[in-house]
Amino acid sequence: MTTLDSSKEIQKNNSEVNETHEDFRMFGLITFLIADGMTFAGFFAAYLTYKAVNPLPDGAIYELELPIPTLNTILLLVSSATFHKAGKALLKDKNSDSQKWLFFTAFLGIIFLICQLFEYFHLPFGLTDNLFASTFYALTGFHGLHVTLGTLMILIIAWQSRINGGRLTSQNMFPLEAVELYWHFVDGIWVVLFIILYLL
Amino acid sequence: MTISIDPQNTNNESLQPKGWLRYFSFSLDHKVIGIQYLVCGFLFYLIGGTLASAIRIELASPMSDFMPRDVYNQVLTLHGTIMIFLWIVPVVNGAFGNYLIPFYVGARDMAFPRLNAVAFWLIPPSGLMLVASYFVEGAAQAGWTAYPPLSITTPQSGQIIWILSVLLLGGSSIFGGINFIATIIKLRRPGLKLMQLPMYCWAMLGTSLLVVLSTPVLAGTLILLSFDIIANTGFFNPVLGGNVVVYQHLFWFYSHPAVYIMVLPAFGLVSEILPVHARKPLFGYTTMVFSIMGIVVLGLVVWAHHMFTSGTPPWMRLFFTIATAFIAVPTGIKFFNWVATLWGGKISINSAMLFSCGFIINFVFGGITGVALAQVPFDIHVHDTYFVVAHFHYIVYGGTVFIIFSSIYHWFPKVTGKMLNEKLGILHFIITFIGFNLCFAPQHWLGLNGMPRRVAEYDPQFQFVNQISSLGALLMAISTIPFLINVFLSVRNGKNAGDNPWNALTPEWLTSSPPPVENWEGEAPLVEEPYGYGKEISEQK
Amino acid sequence: MLNKNFYLILIISLVFTISFWIGFNVNLLPAEASINAPIYDELFKILFIIGLIIFIGMTIAVIYSLFKFRKRNDQIGDGIALEGNLSLEIVWTIIPSIIVLLIGLYSYNIYDRMGGMKELNHNHEMMTSNTEKIWAGISQTSDNEIAINNLSIEVSAMQFAFLFNYPKGNFISGELHVPVDQKVSMKMESKDVIHAFWVPEFRIKQDIIPGQPTILNFTPTKVGKYPIICAELCGPYHGGMRASIIVEEESDYNEWFNKNKKPEVNL
Ligand code: HEA
Ligand code: HEA
Ligand code: CUA
Ligand SMILES: [Cu+2]
Repeated sequence: MTTLDSSKEIQKNNSEVNETHEDFRMFGLITFLIADGMTFAGFFAAYLTYKAVNPLPDGAIYELELPIPTLNTILLLVSSATFHKAGKALLKDKNSDSQKWLFFTAFLGIIFLICQLFEYFHLPFGLTDNLFASTFYALTGFHGLHVTLGTLMILIIAWQSRINGGRLTSQNMFPLEAVELYWHFVDGIWVVLFIILYLL
Repeated sequence: MTISIDPQNTNNESLQPKGWLRYFSFSLDHKVIGIQYLVCGFLFYLIGGTLASAIRIELASPMSDFMPRDVYNQVLTLHGTIMIFLWIVPVVNGAFGNYLIPFYVGARDMAFPRLNAVAFWLIPPSGLMLVASYFVEGAAQAGWTAYPPLSITTPQSGQIIWILSVLLLGGSSIFGGINFIATIIKLRRPGLKLMQLPMYCWAMLGTSLLVVLSTPVLAGTLILLSFDIIANTGFFNPVLGGNVVVYQHLFWFYSHPAVYIMVLPAFGLVSEILPVHARKPLFGYTTMVFSIMGIVVLGLVVWAHHMFTSGTPPWMRLFFTIATAFIAVPTGIKFFNWVATLWGGKISINSAMLFSCGFIINFVFGGITGVALAQVPFDIHVHDTYFVVAHFHYIVYGGTVFIIFSSIYHWFPKVTGKMLNEKLGILHFIITFIGFNLCFAPQHWLGLNGMPRRVAEYDPQFQFVNQISSLGALLMAISTIPFLINVFLSVRNGKNAGDNPWNALTPEWLTSSPPPVENWEGEAPLVEEPYGYGKEISEQK
Repeated sequence: MLNKNFYLILIISLVFTISFWIGFNVNLLPAEASINAPIYDELFKILFIIGLIIFIGMTIAVIYSLFKFRKRNDQIGDGIALEGNLSLEIVWTIIPSIIVLLIGLYSYNIYDRMGGMKELNHNHEMMTSNTEKIWAGISQTSDNEIAINNLSIEVSAMQFAFLFNYPKGNFISGELHVPVDQKVSMKMESKDVIHAFWVPEFRIKQDIIPGQPTILNFTPTKVGKYPIICAELCGPYHGGMRASIIVEEESDYNEWFNKNKKPEVNL
């Protein structure tokens, strides 16, 4: 087992050597988000094809109410802005401000999810009712999972940005920047989803 | 004038990694992970090959007598899935990519070592799960393409396990792809320009782009399919108003690029091997780079050529015919360049070289049948027949697997510091080459004359040709024996290889063999001309 | 130098001759029994010859280099440091592009002659009066012609059999009987999973996709009995999912038809 330990030791040195390069973790994250975006692209393509070629059975309802999703759009857009504020604050070493903004963002995310669930419970169709219904739930559900994950990550970094002993500082901005990018991505997807699903 | 560059530093014993146990650990060393990928992939190759042998035994007689019909369908589904997702893709990408890319870019490891290890460790459990699904309620039996509605109506547990394990393997390959892109673009040693990278880096860059852009679509599709199976939704279920052709579009949007994921790295590897053993620079470096990127772009827009009989509109068939056939152009450039690399060289005829040349010949054959398949009217007759089976085995086996063997012969001294036995290697090549052609060439005739694929029984008039094919498969199975003997004997007491037995110029050879954990003791060397054979040392820098 | 070119030209013409000879003399295809078949075989021949030329040419080039440029025992050192040649690269980009483009246009022409490019009327009126969406297929005739034609057959595929419904005669058969030299139009539907209708001697194949009724037209030209093969994996007995198509003289066909015909049931 000594060999294992020594190789770990060396590994550490390696990552230090790598640190001399510019930060490529962000680059990796962007690549990942492109991949993630392709999953959504596949869903959108399927949805649009269904809409174009598969007529729904008579009597299928797919009128969607607009108020809740519009509210949700606004929530997410605002949350993007508040997240940005958190980053700004951290950069100026105002950790507690930053933490407040983060909690606020997470709060907006939670409200979004609650609204989404509320919408689900009040829709006139269920998951297996027809093709449109299934695709609707698949798309919004998959997006909702992303929001859930994002909210959890925001809560984690908010915890990390606590003033004493927190790991998130203006020297170590990466976790915040990464989650921020992810959050903006999720917002962007929502806007596309909103247009395609509700407005078209 | 031979150039031999002395490795910068002699072996420092204390830095040599020791112990085979590290291959069973969650190691972060890219070299260890590379070997893990290779050995794990090879074990699955043996399983997939055993399944292939079962297929060929069943097909030696026209009746369905060796195994029940539904078991036959499970066997061919597992054969296809294992060979693609657990052998070819992990080995040409994961194994060689991990081992070589950090050397080529002059780094000490991959960009994200931890992600790298996670990507590897996703593979054995999902593979075992897939194989084990046979013992539950029967494995998936809808073919590796898993077309609904068949995949929805066959026993569900097998299909669900199949989906789960393909999702995990897809995830592993996405993580790998992200890692390769970041390593090649971001982790290059200062001073090393993109156009000085060895060709394998370019191939892996192209491949990883395809992985990142297309694998997620497969993941999404399979998630929808699993909803259809578990939650009774109707995305692809016509009874519930779904559309089965949408599945085919989404599936092939991934699976056509997947064939280039299986072959582009092989193109890269052969570009490393040929110049070394022909003692000549790689011919046409720049055009090679552009043709890789051309294949990547074209590869993303040709998927519907697998669906020419699925009722796609005529204009779509026309577009996909032309686009598909045009892939022959960038691919052709690469092949002509390789022949030009051989031309006028001082070629050492060894196992690595022979397998590479076998690759060229087999692949050109498979590529030409591919271009024929791309023509809609031609494909209408032979779609879903043994002609297609022959086409892709010529490419995946005659192409990629040949290159995997070639690469093992080429890089074995690097990894172990020992040489492989040439006599056994050449024996291996001869049996493989004959067996392979005997097995798959006759299948073209079978397809043209009316034998569909994925059948356990067939018309008696095809028996003789099928038996020839089975004989070829037997030879292929036998050919693994000299290979395995060779590897075992050489690992234990092979001839010492020295650090750079081939006098190669690519960076991985400019350190000791086997390499130290840190790859180089000092700074990584700057290799501006990885293919500078035949030049004066002074020019080489 | 002249010598060298001479050998090159000799080899190239040899490759061409051999390829053309094989292309014209080796028959890899089954009998031709529909008007599609000769058209198909024409395309096949061309593709076969072009393929052979490229394949034999490349193989010779590889094997020749292995022999000619192999490293002899007394040799040391490297080959020439030749890194590329722009004009060569251009040549071997342009020539394959032209070949590929010509093949593509030619096969478009072939496909058109087979009837693949006919736009099928989406609200196609078949024998029945209700309109429904037809998704795809191959058709050599316009829709009106089919409607007049006597030979409209409804094919239904299911695990693991084909059934042929002759609406004009009001009966269902397990064998497909058609008269020689007449246009046949089939409307195909699947009851469960995807199947495919394939007659190798006719060189036609069409998937039968559940939920997507499909038209397939053909004209048999040779009397005989040919297999109908299901070409899409559809379950354990996929390999056994076969039927026969019997092409017969018109009189024989009529006899068969009248024997099976059932009177219209009037409710
Ligand atoms: C590594 C894998 C791999 C690769 C690289 C390819 C490469 C190609 N494939 Fe293949 N293919 C498969 C794996 C692969 N294929 C598999 C697995 C299937 C079956 C899937 C299933 O249904 O299960 C399949 C099926 C398949 C089909 C569908 C058949 C059907 O189901 O009906 C088609 C149709 O167009 C096709 C075409 C091509 C073409 C045009 C290429 C081209 O990229 C080839 C280009 C190369 C050359 C042409 C040779 C070199 C070029 C020259 C020497 C230049 C001169 C040449 C000319 C001018 C022609 N392939
Ligand atoms: C991607 C890579 C790949 C590789 C390498 C192979 C390799 C082989 N394949 Fe496979 N094949 C596919 C991918 C591949 N195949 C795919 C994707 C399909 C389609 C599946 C589908 O339709 O869904 C297919 C389908 C397929 C069929 C058609 C089945 C059907 O449609 O009914 C056949 C039939 O001959 C076949 C044969 C073979 C043979 C003989 C080999 C041989 O080359 C294998 C040689 C190797 C060996 C023989 C191993 C030697 C070792 C032993 C025998 C081991 C002893 C065991 C131990 C020590 C444990 N394959
Ligand atoms: Cu029906 Cu195969
Ligand atoms: Cu393809």
